[in-house]
Amino acid sequence: MNQAPPIIEISDLNYAVGGRAIFSGLDMQIPRGSVTAIMGPSGTGKTTLLRLITRQLRADSGKVRVGGLDVDSLTRPALYELRRRMGMLFQNGALLTDLDVFENVAFPLREHTQLPERLIRQLVLIKLQAVGLRGAIDLMPAELSGGMTRRVALARAFVMDPEILLYDEPFVGLDPISMGVILRLIRRLNDVLGITSIVVSHDVQEISSVADLVYLLSGGKVVAQGTPQQLQADKSEVVRQFMGGLADGPVPFHYPAPDYFGELLARDGPT
Amino acid sequence: MSVLRDLRSSAVDTLATVGELAALLVRLTAASPRAFLRIDLIGAQIYNAGALSLVIIMLSGLFVGMVLGLQGFQLLQRFGSEEALGTAAAIGLVKELGPVVTALLFAGRAGTALASELGLMRATDQLSAMEMMAVDPIQRVVVPRFLGGVIAMPLLAAIFSMIGLYGAQLIGVQIMGVDSGSFWSQMRASVAIGDINEGIVKSLVFGVACSLIAVYEGYNAVPTAEGVSRATTRTVVNSAVLTLFLDYLITASFL
Repeated sequence: MNQAPPIIEISDLNYAVGGRAIFSGLDMQIPRGSVTAIMGPSGTGKTTLLRLITRQLRADSGKVRVGGLDVDSLTRPALYELRRRMGMLFQNGALLTDLDVFENVAFPLREHTQLPERLIRQLVLIKLQAVGLRGAIDLMPAELSGGMTRRVALARAFVMDPEILLYDEPFVGLDPISMGVILRLIRRLNDVLGITSIVVSHDVQEISSVADLVYLLSGGKVVAQGTPQQLQADKSEVVRQFMGGLADGPVPFHYPAPDYFGELLARDGPT
Repeated sequence: MSVLRDLRSSAVDTLATVGELAALLVRLTAASPRAFLRIDLIGAQIYNAGALSLVIIMLSGLFVGMVLGLQGFQLLQRFGSEEALGTAAAIGLVKELGPVVTALLFAGRAGTALASELGLMRATDQLSAMEMMAVDPIQRVVVPRFLGGVIAMPLLAAIFSMIGLYGAQLIGVQIMGVDSGSFWSQMRASVAIGDINEGIVKSLVFGVACSLIAVYEGYNAVPTAEGVSRATTRTVVNSAVLTLFLDYLITASFL
């Protein structure tokens, strides 16, 4: 859907933890300037995928290219250089608990720039205004609600004006109002700042309302991709199970287990 | 056979830990010069590890000194040489009790705080968030804490010894009636600079050992509630054992 080369390209990615394959031959392209949603049942490795894109983890084999760079071959300084072009919103916000809101948002500026204090203050105020929390500037992370924490973390994630913003489960545990606020922010930041957004989530309805493109992961592979409308109309079983929230289907309700009756009747537990 | 196998695997684990500790020490040492460019970060950690430990160090120093005064007086009285109490207390405190007891208290007060703080930062993704902001957590978080501990420890040991000496004097001179003049003059005459050096070397080495163990355990903690609590426990246990072991080595090397 885009002529420009994709900003993130993943090809034939394999990754296993403790002998269990998380990804086997994953392929994915994320177009520049879009909001791309990565959806899938819990445990399919959505968060792991973000960590592989940012090289917090290394793939067993396959290529992950971000902005044309092969992340696996980068030296540490080059990796840090690349990460300065990305912002990531962690599931729990991951604010530094010993710093107040202002210092949390100012943290990347202080670490990476020599800007005068006045300018740092202005930049932080602008970002906090964008997430609606300019009034909370003096609060400590412990004094913030879940939704506020995530908004402060979001302000911190884009304070360095990144090209890519990654959101790890941004809606988990939020009330509908906070959820709506975060949804609108994702779309607005993406369009106003002209960045690329990648949202990992399993909140089908919510994310469908803002995403341009959806990848549905299951069993270590992309099982469906397209616009939210295309996925809603998709007739395949996996997609219908996930989009419709059905308990059983290709993704089984039961975790693999030995025979039920055999186990109930066994005297001394599993043999 | 399984006992032997367990023994072997725990020996291998211990060796691996020692190796990782050594590697971390090298990394921290290499990163230290640059950390002094951000002296405010180190200052904050000296405050956390040092100033916040002052009360427990001073109180313990006072009581240890008072016991030393009492026991020393009882013992020396048998030989009719109570005047040597000053010497005995000073040497005991400066060479042995000051550095060792301070290190043990330091591990319990500052070491556990460090380990649990780093462990919780790991568990709540704060360290990953720094990595993602292209900030090296070792340089930004671990090194200042390590240096703060290394700098605070000798200062605490010196304060411990000083207060301890006051406590010994309080009991020996004020209560038991040892002559004040001979208490101080004998002490000054017979405590050599070598004794003080030994105390300084010990407190420096213990400071490095306890701070290193605390940041190692915290930084590598399993990111769960149980993992953090285990890291905290191991910090105290390993610091205590290593301190006493190193104490013997240093004492022997100064003979």
